[in-house]
Amino acid sequence: MGEVQERRPEPEEGQGQGRGRGQEEAPGGGNGGRFHPAYFGMYLALALILSYVETLIPFYVGIPGVKLGLTNLVIVLMLYDRGASQALVLSCARVLLAGFLFGNLSSILYSMAGGVLSLLCMAGARRTGKFSVYGVSMVGGVTHNIGQILVAMAVVESVGIAFYLPVLLVSGVVTGALIGVAAAEVRKRLPRA
Amino acid sequence: MKKGDWIWLAAVLGAAAVLFAIYMAYQGRGSAAVAVVTVDGEEFGVYPLDQDAQIWINGTNELVIRGHEADMVSADCPDQVCVNQKPASRNGETIVCLPNKVVVEIRGGQEAEVDQVAN
Ligand SMILES: [Zn+2]
Repeated sequence: MGEVQERRPEPEEGQGQGRGRGQEEAPGGGNGGRFHPAYFGMYLALALILSYVETLIPFYVGIPGVKLGLTNLVIVLMLYDRGASQALVLSCARVLLAGFLFGNLSSILYSMAGGVLSLLCMAGARRTGKFSVYGVSMVGGVTHNIGQILVAMAVVESVGIAFYLPVLLVSGVVTGALIGVAAAEVRKRLPRA
Repeated sequence: MKKGDWIWLAAVLGAAAVLFAIYMAYQGRGSAAVAVVTVDGEEFGVYPLDQDAQIWINGTNELVIRGHEADMVSADCPDQVCVNQKPASRNGETIVCLPNKVVVEIRGGQEAEVDQVAN
């Protein structure tokens, strides 16, 4: 599997890849690209579709509300494309909308904890420069599950739930790796909008 | 994959293995019996017997864990069979509330002994 280019060299922007669309990097550079409402909306729609797909997949480890975290794919892409702050907004918007559509208040709580914690950890991991997309995504998968289990422990007021931690750690690293592979493949094919 | 990726992967799998080993060790000692509560086939929660607790199961049944025993102390079901069942504490013992589809099962810890059959 090829190494994924994850630094985003500024000059590459100028080459334009013959895509026609002019691309301005956010003034001040650094943290991510410009905010395009349409682009953001498309990502949000994708994330919601994946949230729906997730409700169809039976993944039950014994803790009510704990999810697989497929939507992390969209969040990872957003993180790499637009930076941490837009990915954070996307993640929160996704959690709220998906919660109202497919879930309830407690599922919002679980997803919010998992989503926000994993995003912060992924952004941090990415910033260190020591991880590729695969690693960043695995960090996300694992911390996503840790966030959820922490909420579950608080909600059920039982530490016994930590019993599931090993399973959740492994499943987090596996889904994270799969999502990392998917994200790397998508990024190879996706022209930077 | 970068070096950091591998380190993370190894660290997480290692942590999972260590935790798993710790749980198994606890179970082997028999002190880590848990009450597994399921509602309508779906797991509702897992509660260690060595920790006193009062659990409201879906607002229909009240399970109390006290003195290494799980006891259904109240329920809104018409038959009250579950409330009249004796407290469960040993591996495999169950308390069932059919009307509310609530099952409490003890897992881990000491095996249920012959005297239970005799009773
Ligand atoms: Zn009953």
